Amino acid sequence: MSTSAIPRTAPREGGARTGAPVLEIRNLSVDYGYGSDPTHVLRQASLTLHRGEVLGLAGESGCGKSTLAYGATRLLPPPGLVTGGQVWFTDRDGTRSDILALDDAALRASRWRDMAIVFQGAMNSLNPVFRIGRQIADGILAHSPGMSRADATERAAAMLEMVGISPDRRRDFPHQLSGGMRQRVMIAMALSLDPQVLIMDEPTTALDVVMQRQIVEQIAELRERLGFAVIFITHDVSLLIEIADRIAIMYAGEVVEEAAAQDVYRRPRHPYTDALLHSFPPLRGPRRELGGIPGSPPDLARLPTGCPFRARCAFAFDACAHVVPELAETGVPGDAPFRRVACLRHDTRSVVEAGFDPQPLPEELARR
Amino acid sequence: MTTDTTLVEQIPDLETSGRPKRARQKNLLFLRNSKAITGLAILGFFAVLAIVGPWIAPYDPNQISPDLVQPPSGSHWLGTDHLGRDVLSQLVVGTRSVLVVGFVAGVAATFIGVVVGVTAGFVGGVGDETLSALANVFLVIPQLPLIIIIAGQLPTAGGLTVALVIAATGWAWGARVLRAQTLSLRRRDFIEAARANGERTWRIVLAEILPNLTAIIAAGFVGTVTFAVLSQITLSFIGILPLDTWNWGTVLFWAQNNLALQRGAWWWFVPAGLCIAGLGMALTLINFGIDEFVNPRLRSTGMHARSLRRRKIRPRVGFTPVVHEAQEDRA
Repeated sequence: MSTSAIPRTAPREGGARTGAPVLEIRNLSVDYGYGSDPTHVLRQASLTLHRGEVLGLAGESGCGKSTLAYGATRLLPPPGLVTGGQVWFTDRDGTRSDILALDDAALRASRWRDMAIVFQGAMNSLNPVFRIGRQIADGILAHSPGMSRADATERAAAMLEMVGISPDRRRDFPHQLSGGMRQRVMIAMALSLDPQVLIMDEPTTALDVVMQRQIVEQIAELRERLGFAVIFITHDVSLLIEIADRIAIMYAGEVVEEAAAQDVYRRPRHPYTDALLHSFPPLRGPRRELGGIPGSPPDLARLPTGCPFRARCAFAFDACAHVVPELAETGVPGDAPFRRVACLRHDTRSVVEAGFDPQPLPEELARR
Repeated sequence: MTTDTTLVEQIPDLETSGRPKRARQKNLLFLRNSKAITGLAILGFFAVLAIVGPWIAPYDPNQISPDLVQPPSGSHWLGTDHLGRDVLSQLVVGTRSVLVVGFVAGVAATFIGVVVGVTAGFVGGVGDETLSALANVFLVIPQLPLIIIIAGQLPTAGGLTVALVIAATGWAWGARVLRAQTLSLRRRDFIEAARANGERTWRIVLAEILPNLTAIIAAGFVGTVTFAVLSQITLSFIGILPLDTWNWGTVLFWAQNNLALQRGAWWWFVPAGLCIAGLGMALTLINFGIDEFVNPRLRSTGMHARSLRRRKIRPRVGFTPVVHEAQEDRA
């Protein structure tokens, strides 16, 4: 792929850090259900997005990727409920605001202007009875009081051109466009107010690989030109390794590993990451043995004690049933300083504190 | 990579044993809805009255006494009418007729509506056209005059006859709504999948489509009962129905004919009006309850309305409520 914006091999140390934090999710907890026994889907998940970077969010279905993104933007439908945490958004001029503390009017104003979203199945997010130019212009007008409709339409045409659709197609109806074009219209719409954060929730899932590639290249190119930061949610890890600067792997509502994309790919530190990487064939490099992950993700309503991954983990030991692993530095000397992993094989201190014998780091999780 | 699969098999042991409690709660969910409980309680009160009414009524509602148009007193709790008959006894005895007519008409009209509506929606083509045309005809006919004409022509207009007449004129609205919903359901993927599975048409209708229509049917039923009760009371009030069977409308008929309003004899018409309003409210509350229960999206909200208010949570699409209840102690 001709994506010059993406470093082919990220430097070992600090290379993926592109700027100051633009979005900091701190200890975000989300429940589903208002009753006496809600399902705790997210338990104090934390994630930081830096200005201008592409942060990939990966994991199996139902591990809380979308919940994290929608909880942080307060877009969860009932009976979703944010039960704790902060989401700090840092504006271009440096002012910080907690999205979870905004009132409805301020939240409405901030949406799309600060943070825009390309939804899952965005192809069907367009209203079939309105022309696409008008639908883009609607969003622009809603956030720019005093702007004339002609100006907004002109801006819509410019946005279409930017995503590679001829501006004269702005008078087309959604059904006259192909799936990939509709997806690009959605991206144009999301970028029309020059947001600083773009959340893409499986934007390429319904598209064939050729179209996927076009969209991904488009995003990379636009990102370089406009400088927004992207949270890219997908379960396609191989796609993520190509597009993302940094990757956060989620499991059962927790971030279990956070590292530069190439580090995740070449030097996984969490057993789940390692197992994920063995679930698809590598496109380049030496051949690897393919193996799935046995079992299925735990029921979030009845989580086991200790590490939620231990039942499927090849490296689980006695402490895993009793100690909940926290995101911490890896146990491999020489790793990038911001690498974080939540695994007791790396965190010998917690194991010793809980009164268990620490186990050595297996070779698979300590590759250099 | 070798994986110890015995660990995977142990997963069920890790689950907490909270199953039976949860299941029991789910079965009684409908009864945990405060609107439904209130509605059912009021309806239950009237139902008990309808059953035991003739035995607990203090007087024979037709018994004439010398106390003419007396306000409420110890011997006549709700006073007397122009012939000295006890108003309370008339109301208590009349409850049975109101409920019987309401529910028989409701069941009959809902049945016709479901059969016509679902058939029209599912078969399509000529059948749909014919049945829709029939429903449309019944929709545009003014209902009350039609009921008056039919009820007036019948030699014996007893309670059941009236109920069937009301059902025969009141099914069309439900049929139209059900047809529209069936048309929409018929094209959905799960119906196509059922067809591809080789399910028979009647099974698709009964097992796939009807459960999806439960909310509409239940709401339509409650609405039809309300309509039937009001129709019967109206017919009695304007004197179309024979006056020898008591219902709340008959009480109002006598009150109206004997200038109760002008005489200031409030005890004559206010209790009957309150009974009608109370029954109507009960049915409407049950309707809300059904809606919040059957619609899974509304269910959690409806079930926990009180605790949501206490926790200051306002469920709203697009603005997820935020409460700071969870721990925030991670670094």
